[in-house]
Amino acid sequence: MSHKLITFWRIIKSGVQNFFRNATLAVAAMAVMIITLSIVLFSVIANATFANTVQQITDRIDVSVYLKDSVTVNQREKLTADIKANKNVKSIKYISKDEALELYKKQNVSNPDLLAAISQTDNPLPASLSIKPIDPNKLNELKAFLDSKEAKALQSDDTSYSGDRKEAIDKISQATKFFREIGFVGVIVFTFVSMLIIFNTIRMSIFNRRDELTIMRLLGASSWYIKGPFVVETVIYGVVSAVVSLTLCYILFVVSTSNFDASSLGLLDIKFSSDYFLHNFWVILGAQISIGVLIGAASSLIATRRYLKFKSLS
Amino acid sequence: MILLDRVTKTYNKNHTALDRVSLHVEPKEFVIIVGKSGAGKSTLLKLLTCEERPNSGKIVVGGLDYDKLRDRDIPLLRRKIGVVFQDFKLLPNKNVFENVAFALEIVGYGTHEIKNTVPRVLDIVGLKGKEKSMPLELSGGERQRVAIARAIVRQPKILIADEPTGNLDPKHAWDVIKVLEKINRYGTTVILTTHNQDIVNKLKRRVITIDEGRISSDRANAKYHAEGTKQ
Repeated sequence: MSHKLITFWRIIKSGVQNFFRNATLAVAAMAVMIITLSIVLFSVIANATFANTVQQITDRIDVSVYLKDSVTVNQREKLTADIKANKNVKSIKYISKDEALELYKKQNVSNPDLLAAISQTDNPLPASLSIKPIDPNKLNELKAFLDSKEAKALQSDDTSYSGDRKEAIDKISQATKFFREIGFVGVIVFTFVSMLIIFNTIRMSIFNRRDELTIMRLLGASSWYIKGPFVVETVIYGVVSAVVSLTLCYILFVVSTSNFDASSLGLLDIKFSSDYFLHNFWVILGAQISIGVLIGAASSLIATRRYLKFKSLS
Repeated sequence: MILLDRVTKTYNKNHTALDRVSLHVEPKEFVIIVGKSGAGKSTLLKLLTCEERPNSGKIVVGGLDYDKLRDRDIPLLRRKIGVVFQDFKLLPNKNVFENVAFALEIVGYGTHEIKNTVPRVLDIVGLKGKEKSMPLELSGGERQRVAIARAIVRQPKILIADEPTGNLDPKHAWDVIKVLEKINRYGTTVILTTHNQDIVNKLKRRVITIDEGRISSDRANAKYHAEGTKQ
């Protein structure tokens, strides 16, 4: 084995030994790191879940324009073309009077009274244009056009904007934004706190071993031979914390979902969260370990840089 | 082997530890540096091991010009110089063998090499059979000999011994000095600082006296009185 390889192996070995010798300090540092990583993980999953909920509801939202029975095919086609000219329109679908009746029957199949009532009269339902917007939050332009005198003349009823749904969407969007911001601040604060604690842990362990480190320096140990074990030690913190944090999340999402048969808690679609978690498990594990290792390595490098200078030893 | 040219070291404006000191030590020489406490002996040794940098002047050791030495070269320099301290600086949780092996481990020696080299060096310093003892189980003299073994195990060209007998009784002090003489006979340059006039006078070697940061005398086979006067 080459000298470099032997030295590398000794650095790793010494780092692992330090990890077990400093067990109490290690537990403190790892506890904070686990909280940090869990917050990061929760933010990511909650974000994805909220985004999914918003998307699902957005997909269902539409604008219905009810047409008078007197509207001719030409008038209808012109109106359709005019609406299509709007940039915020994803698709537009014509629903004839007959189709509207079929739809109504299907929706009320469990309500024979309603079905009986409608079969006794002529089809009272108007034909309509069902418009799917690209962004349901930007309907003003479309609304202005539909409210114009020219368009209004063809409509039998007020345009339906799925008003209640829009409100729900606005609320979810706001909540998502809020949680994202809170999550972001939380991640930064906890990353900072965990770096501070790891930094202190390393400093204490340097303080405990200062005689040994002085001797190492005087005997000509390279700077990496001295600080390497500290970096290895904190990298282990990072890996262990990532695994523990992931295990906790696994229990929370997957086991609780299957045990309690819960699929949603208000806005939080737990089923989706747990699927998302399982589907991206390896990516999440990789990211968690990378973040943990990065926090650990960065803080130990800063701590050792300050305390392991070669000069002015006395 | 060692060259100092008008080296000055001040710690603050009021305290000049070394004042334009010039010195030349030949390879394989045994040099004793004497002087009162605070005269500048330890500062001189710290400059040689690059623990301190001079304010002015030139230091060249084993062909290495300290002016051109970068921070990352300092470990390489220290590997070429063996150092023995008054307070031994042994690792208390390692036994005799491990303490000596430590000096080899940090520079990347293989396990097999270490197992071969350490017992040989422990034999030279007279500690054969004590491999498993912990530092606290040894006498002061024995501990200092472990420190010497650690300092010479990498076969340095220069051995610096900073008051190695300072904490020892006369009998153990002599054991340590005999080991240093033996190492010198093998070809290592030895720089020894001491307060002990008996040792200086019996050794009959080159004696450099430092007084208030300056070399006040530099004579071969000189006599020395601990008060600082010379003959």
